[in-house]
Amino acid sequence: MIAETGLAALWLAAALALLQLFLAFGPAAMRGGGTAPVRSVAIVQGVLTLFAMAMLMLVFARTDLSVLLVAENSHSAKPWLYKVAGAWGNHEGSMLLWVTILGIAGAALAIFSRTLEDRTFTAALGAQGTLALGFFAFLLFASNPFARLDPPALEGRGLNPLLQDPGLVFHPPTLYFGYVGLSVAFSLAVGALVTGRVDSALAKAMRPWVLGAWIMLTLGITAGSYWAYYELGWGGWWFWDPVENASLMPWLAATALLHSVNVLVARDSLRAWTVMLAMVAFSMSMVGTFLVRSGILTSVHAFAVDPERGTFLLALLAIYVGAAFILFAVRSGKLAEGPPFELASREAALIGNNLLLTVILGVVFVGTLYPLFVEAATGAKLSVGPPYFNSVAGPIALLLAVLICIGPLLAWRRDNGEKLKRLAIPALAGVTVLAIFLFAIPDGGLLEKVALGIASMLALSALLPLVGRKLRRTPLSTWGMVVAHFGVAVAIAGMATSSLFTSEVLIAARPGEQVAVGPWTVEFKSVTPAVGPNWTALQAELRASRGGGVSVLRPQSRFYSSPPTETTESAILTVPSGQLYTVLGKSAEDGRWQLRLWWKPLVTLIWLGGALIALGGALALGGRAWRGWRKAQEA
Amino acid sequence: MRGQLRILPVVLLVLLVGALVWRLAHPPDTDVQSEMIGNQVPVFAQTDALPGKPGLSSANLADGRPKLVNFFASWCVPCIGEAPVLTELKKEGVPIVGIAVRDRPSDLRQFLVDNGDPFERIGADPQSRLQLAFGSAGVPETFVVDGRGILRMQHIGPIEPDDIPDLLNAVRAAR
Repeated sequence: MIAETGLAALWLAAALALLQLFLAFGPAAMRGGGTAPVRSVAIVQGVLTLFAMAMLMLVFARTDLSVLLVAENSHSAKPWLYKVAGAWGNHEGSMLLWVTILGIAGAALAIFSRTLEDRTFTAALGAQGTLALGFFAFLLFASNPFARLDPPALEGRGLNPLLQDPGLVFHPPTLYFGYVGLSVAFSLAVGALVTGRVDSALAKAMRPWVLGAWIMLTLGITAGSYWAYYELGWGGWWFWDPVENASLMPWLAATALLHSVNVLVARDSLRAWTVMLAMVAFSMSMVGTFLVRSGILTSVHAFAVDPERGTFLLALLAIYVGAAFILFAVRSGKLAEGPPFELASREAALIGNNLLLTVILGVVFVGTLYPLFVEAATGAKLSVGPPYFNSVAGPIALLLAVLICIGPLLAWRRDNGEKLKRLAIPALAGVTVLAIFLFAIPDGGLLEKVALGIASMLALSALLPLVGRKLRRTPLSTWGMVVAHFGVAVAIAGMATSSLFTSEVLIAARPGEQVAVGPWTVEFKSVTPAVGPNWTALQAELRASRGGGVSVLRPQSRFYSSPPTETTESAILTVPSGQLYTVLGKSAEDGRWQLRLWWKPLVTLIWLGGALIALGGALALGGRAWRGWRKAQEA
Repeated sequence: MRGQLRILPVVLLVLLVGALVWRLAHPPDTDVQSEMIGNQVPVFAQTDALPGKPGLSSANLADGRPKLVNFFASWCVPCIGEAPVLTELKKEGVPIVGIAVRDRPSDLRQFLVDNGDPFERIGADPQSRLQLAFGSAGVPETFVVDGRGILRMQHIGPIEPDDIPDLLNAVRAAR
């Protein structure tokens, strides 16, 4: 019954999405009948999708093996948390989560957006309903999560053990909130193009959505990167894998949008550009969803290739993005230019930011899809890997980091450059750091050393907007900017140091032997069996020390019974100066074991930086929400 | 923004969708073709998979008779489906040798009891080293080796009854 209730809720929600479309673009909207009906439809639709998702989580929690999806992806012996999170650890459930968030986003737009002019708002809700309709159709016709299995299975096949991790609980939902939250910006852009009213009121309405989605994307990507880092046991934190790129591309577009939307709010400039970016950001989300869910690009996220579903998703993508882009081509010519500004101004710096981010986006896009284009055109097979991405996107990103030092110090419209003098000390610090690394380490990449110089400069200059202000009276949004920009410096420093200074040892050792890696001495004590709820393991005991006390690490080689899979569970020792990362490999016949040890100085800064960037966004969002609430109270 | 520029996103989208449609129509080929075809089999010393069953060395693969080298394992479910087809090929007079990948003697013996033993010799490959040296990426996989020990053909995945004529022809051609 639970599954049928969920399915019925989905059908009902789909019908409401259709109604939403008619209310927004039909004759009633032309007469201008107010926004109340379309608002309530969007809210009910959101509630229904949320209900359907809850029903799916319920059948997973109960391991109802008469539901096909549960039988194929769950198991009665699985820990409780992973049963529930397993609801989205598969194709159908994951798409339902996607659609649920789309529904929630539409409902939230209907509830919270009160400032926008009625016709633009109605058209935006109509666009949101249209998006939802297509994805409901996808779920109902090509990817039903509630399909029954008759007779029921005796036992489920189990969840891929790599997914049995707290990462599964957080990573997909945060990433999806980011991906799909951008749909609101897309819908608002479409609505504004329909009515031709692209102005600072639109930007004000759009900003919190972009900011919220961007925070979630930042968290999702950061968490995903750390998950891959410790779970896959390769010691790397970013692989330029197509699926990773699929999440990076919307983030880059959203970051650009976040900055251009501020220009539109403050100065009413960059109208057409901002609208375009809002469309591109969500389009990139859909491209990402397509790439992941169709499985057409080879990736560590090895999802099954399913041409039928792929075709359906591609058709949705082509229709939605195509319609939006055509609307843009037809209508954007009518948008008036905003007020003028000079080259030395905050606007110009933000345009620089947008251009550089767009170029990086282009670099990632081309690198990800180049093998596909080449194979389609010539039949030749090739792959594009880290050397391309790092050496092309890296320098551009560093250029952008330099621009972040300058931009926040400039005034809107025109600037006399007075505040730029404050950059002297950070610049000096940056050059000093660069010089030290150039002399102290003769080998090692130039890019990393330059990156460390720029990171030092940025870490100091990020704080400059606070200089001369009363800190307690500084708006939270300014604090947010400072924290986020500081986070960029921290992340860059982490990437560069871990790349320059990581030491790696791959060795076959017998219990009792000692291995040196970086400043650490690791004693290989023993290998013993260990047992978990649905796995058995061989567990090594390693005693690591560098002078002072001894820390024990227990990397495992795990065997899951259902489905039968071997995984490596790395053991990581985190200290303030970095991480010692250990992996237990196979045994040789002569009693030796493969051990893989890394010492990664300051690697944690990468994720700390990511978290700071997201925190900065949260401060800005919180500050704006607080101010809006206070204004509403006063009024 | 100028007129032509405004159409650019649409043009880029058409290109992208075109490429993706092409990819959906031509799914990527995930089979790993061996680079060793046309080359001498890699040299390896004799290994025994089972006590009492003749083991296999690279010298056995250059004894003048073309033969099939079958990479298999007792833990490999498609290998069970393939077993009757191998027996069929043996009846046609094709010499077959096996290489048991990452297997245990007790499991292997049971597998041969359950599914028949078409193999003249069986070598053991506990670490998949032989498999990699042959350029094979999975089980089951089957190679046609000619009388001088040169790899002539690779068959990826289980041999289906429909594949028998092709393999027989390849073995005849390798004489």
